[in-house]
Amino acid sequence: MAKTLDHYFEEMQQTRVWRSIFRSGAGSSTLKRALAIQQNVFLHLFSTRVRTRMLGFSATWYLGTLTLGTFLILVTTGIPLMLYYHPSVPQAYVDTKDLQFVVSSGLFLRNLHRWSAHAMVFLVFAHMFRVFYRGAYRAPREFNWVIGVILLLITLLLSYTGYLLPWDQLAYWAITVGSNIASAVPLVGDKIHFLLLGGHGVNANALLRFYVLHCMILPSTATFLVAIHFWRIRKDGGLYNHHSEPTTVRAKKGNPTITEAK
Amino acid sequence: MAEKKEPLGDDLNRRQFFTKLGLGSLSIAAVGTAAFSYQYLEPNVLYEPSPVVNAGKPDRYPPDSVTLDVNNGIYIIHAKEGYFSLSAVCTHLGCLTAWKQELNMIACPCHGSKFEQSGKKIEGPAPKPLPWKRIWINDDGDLLVDRSTEVPALARDSFVKV
Repeated sequence: MAKTLDHYFEEMQQTRVWRSIFRSGAGSSTLKRALAIQQNVFLHLFSTRVRTRMLGFSATWYLGTLTLGTFLILVTTGIPLMLYYHPSVPQAYVDTKDLQFVVSSGLFLRNLHRWSAHAMVFLVFAHMFRVFYRGAYRAPREFNWVIGVILLLITLLLSYTGYLLPWDQLAYWAITVGSNIASAVPLVGDKIHFLLLGGHGVNANALLRFYVLHCMILPSTATFLVAIHFWRIRKDGGLYNHHSEPTTVRAKKGNPTITEAK
Repeated sequence: MAEKKEPLGDDLNRRQFFTKLGLGSLSIAAVGTAAFSYQYLEPNVLYEPSPVVNAGKPDRYPPDSVTLDVNNGIYIIHAKEGYFSLSAVCTHLGCLTAWKQELNMIACPCHGSKFEQSGKKIEGPAPKPLPWKRIWINDDGDLLVDRSTEVPALARDSFVKV
């Protein structure tokens, strides 16, 4: 049975339609395998060749990939949630309750969205600690660290803007307090507060602005930066390997001026 | 391919002139777009509640009482000197404070700031006392409070007598 399926699959790979989509074609030569990566719009961001040990758990603890995983869960659960949620003062809270108690699988989607959001914040921090303590932020990866810091801020802003959307007491006062912290910025603080909320208090305009930020502006910015973040891994010499770093190698050769980073 | 240079005025050839013209126009357009975008983000009309609140007839407030108007975020206080109004919004981060009768103080649930009945700060992260609001009586005999104002604390004009 399995053999027949394989046979059909191999036959399908020879068809003109298949070859028009996957140009590199089947085959296990180094060239074919490199082409399979390089000619795929998603995979071409990554290196065509990676050392096997860099794909092991101990090299990265998979923290960056897991963060991407939670982000994808958040996008795929967030879009269906938008179908039942109206970002307006009379409806927002009721819609949230409807999602929990009336809509089929609504509770599952909402909870999955919420838990993934918590997990993403945790994983982003864990990823950054891992990168920091391994020294993977150093040259030539400084700029990717900077992009990572911006992505951390976007993650926190996504968490913050999403917090208002249920429009309950917890949300209302959290955003009141949070937006008042923005007012503490010297000179332009009150202006930032006004522009963020679209008014003087947490009201209909604030709910709509936070909704647009949460569902449109922040996720698209994050997607854009994540693409650069991944592409730069390849451009900056692949996944970080402590023992192949120039300083480490030179220190091991007995150069007294350079000590190995612990 | 050798490029033929035609000097125009101050050592600018035609290509450099048009490059400068193009970049200049684009810069002006970019500044204009930024200005219009900023204006667009700032609402010109706000559908927010009026800052002037009708607090009803003065006899609703017995002598020596502190009454919190939860919806409007103000206190109406009937003291010996007359009626006065305080903002109930904490000066720290904007939470709604509450009057604690048994402790004879105003307390904020968020971060623990404490105020006297006159709005004076007792302790806590709040940087400033609770501001006093202008209060007056209209022709119908109702107490009105303007939340957008701030009047000096304990000043004679900041009270209203009935």
